Amino acid sequence: ITHTHTHTHTHTHTHTHTHFLGQDPYREDNTTAAELYSKVRILCWVMTGPSNLETKARHVQATWARHCNVALFMSSVRDDGFPTVGLDVKEGRDQLYWKTIRAFHYVHQHHLEQADWFLKADDDTFVVLDNLRWLLANHTPEAPVYFGKRFKPFVKQGYMSGGAGYVLSKEALRRFVEGFRTQVCTHTSPVEDLALGLCMEKMGVQAGDSRDTEGRETFHPFPPERHLMENLQRDYYYPTYSFYPILLGAQSCSDLSVSFHYVSPEEMYVLEYMSRHLRPYGYRPRYQPALTVWNRTEPRDG
Amino acid sequence: EEVVIPPSSPGGGGARPRWARGPVRSAAPEKMISESSSFVKGMMLGGLFCVFVTFIGHNKMGHGTKAHHHEHHHIQAPNKEDVSNLSEGERMELSHSIRVYCIILVKPKDLGNWAAVKETWSKHCDKAEFYSSESVKVFDSIVLNTNEMWVMMRKAYKLAYERYQDEYNWFFLAHPTTFAVIENLKYFLLKKDASQPFYIGHTVKSGELEYVDGDGGIVLSIESLKRLSKIFEDPDRCPEQGGLIWKLSEDKQLAVCLKYTGVLAENAEDSEGKDVFNTKSVGSLIKEAMANHPQQVVEGSCSDMAITFNGLAPNHMHVMMYGVYRLRAYGHNFKDALVFLPPAGSDND
Repeated sequence: ITHTHTHTHTHTHTHTHTHFLGQDPYREDNTTAAELYSKVRILCWVMTGPSNLETKARHVQATWARHCNVALFMSSVRDDGFPTVGLDVKEGRDQLYWKTIRAFHYVHQHHLEQADWFLKADDDTFVVLDNLRWLLANHTPEAPVYFGKRFKPFVKQGYMSGGAGYVLSKEALRRFVEGFRTQVCTHTSPVEDLALGLCMEKMGVQAGDSRDTEGRETFHPFPPERHLMENLQRDYYYPTYSFYPILLGAQSCSDLSVSFHYVSPEEMYVLEYMSRHLRPYGYRPRYQPALTVWNRTEPRDG
Repeated sequence: EEVVIPPSSPGGGGARPRWARGPVRSAAPEKMISESSSFVKGMMLGGLFCVFVTFIGHNKMGHGTKAHHHEHHHIQAPNKEDVSNLSEGERMELSHSIRVYCIILVKPKDLGNWAAVKETWSKHCDKAEFYSSESVKVFDSIVLNTNEMWVMMRKAYKLAYERYQDEYNWFFLAHPTTFAVIENLKYFLLKKDASQPFYIGHTVKSGELEYVDGDGGIVLSIESLKRLSKIFEDPDRCPEQGGLIWKLSEDKQLAVCLKYTGVLAENAEDSEGKDVFNTKSVGSLIKEAMANHPQQVVEGSCSDMAITFNGLAPNHMHVMMYGVYRLRAYGHNFKDALVFLPPAGSDND
């Protein structure tokens, strides 16, 4: 009969070594991340629904959504317990653009002053907020621009994948709402990301380049394993959609990746652990980009 | 399974029960045929009796309730006070002073994982070599010409000691399903004197024997490896084949042999008491945490300075490589006491 140690110290026994509980073995300096948190404020809204609250949205709430300046969960039904905002739509794939329109209008009406950038994500999208802040630090929220995984068909300047998440500047959000007010933009189709992309183009909002300084993608429409291990140049659809040249293997994903899609609840925690907790002690990464905040360059960090 | 180990005493011989000594060797061939069948019957009866007595004995002692006193050997990572206030020069010197030699035991059936280990974490060892049961066309390896895990382990440790005793002070043995973060291993070993007998990993208690579970990786200091090499020469205490009646797994046999030299297994933990050598994958540990403590999934499970995970398929190794060495949240800096640079000729780290 073998038994393994669980180290929860619920049973008493003598140790040959003492434990130092709760002490950090190394010093962490969060100054840069904290500064970015206050300078690059991001409101996240997560597209979800009543049947996904406990199975999916809950795990988003427990992981990356905590790092948004403001986090909102958008559903067809208001739920004060979770909490979710009720958008007064039905559920279903054909309602996705209605949900998006209503969600952005809600955010514009109630939260405009609380953030500089406005991110939309699904309840199976994983986002690294600190990396999104790094990406956006180089841009001003007064510029009409939005970022995400850029797709090329159907829209001249391209449009952003819905599942990989996309983020609008404050000015872009204003123009989106203005577009509906003036009927320049309408509910053209239920395909949320394409329809929004068409509206953005009409309203003069630029489709931004979200790649890192080495040309590697930061927003990803698939989980890490697919991008790192598959040759997506040979995929049936992906080359048709991908705006930028597809890089393979290690070059498919930036060190400072912002998002992944089709992430299971379990993998939410795994990615949270890998991006924010587990690290190789003392290791100097190969990629150490500078931080440029509105034309002010700071020494190498990250 | 329950294992009964004869009482050990590191220096000299301890009394061992007669049934454990193995078959009688000196009988003449003609006599052996008639003697052997009664011998076998006797052995079986004795063996069954022994199992029975052991089972009763453990139940009487209330073994399952942990009410009795038993020694754990835990070993801690260095904490903040140990590592602050070092100059840059001291940091570099310190980093170079911990030299880790990696032994990965492989068989042809492990080819996918072998390739993955070669392409990923093993590049961060000061030196990594693959010890294989038989020769394989695709990869270079040190061929051991045996399929048996315990024999492979012995031969690998013997060779490693013979060749590298003056070049490395720590020896890390792993299976090809294991992923290791060598930088975290080095940090863990930072204040440990390799001339002391260390035998570290994820420990398991089996009766009176505490052993390091090979699935989580096994760390030996040069002193332990030296003692191990000596006890390998002792066919009574540390035989290559046979020995005890019940066939032990190789990680248990290692523990038995080391115990005879006075080397005991120690479980490795971080400053919060979390294991740093894991016999499961991140995904498995997370799944368990989601079921057992859903309010504190990440905080309550894996260590920030985890050294190993196990049970990884080749693809998972590559994803781990990305997750450990590349993917990170921008803006969090650390004042680490050690400095490790990326290895040459690599792009996935």
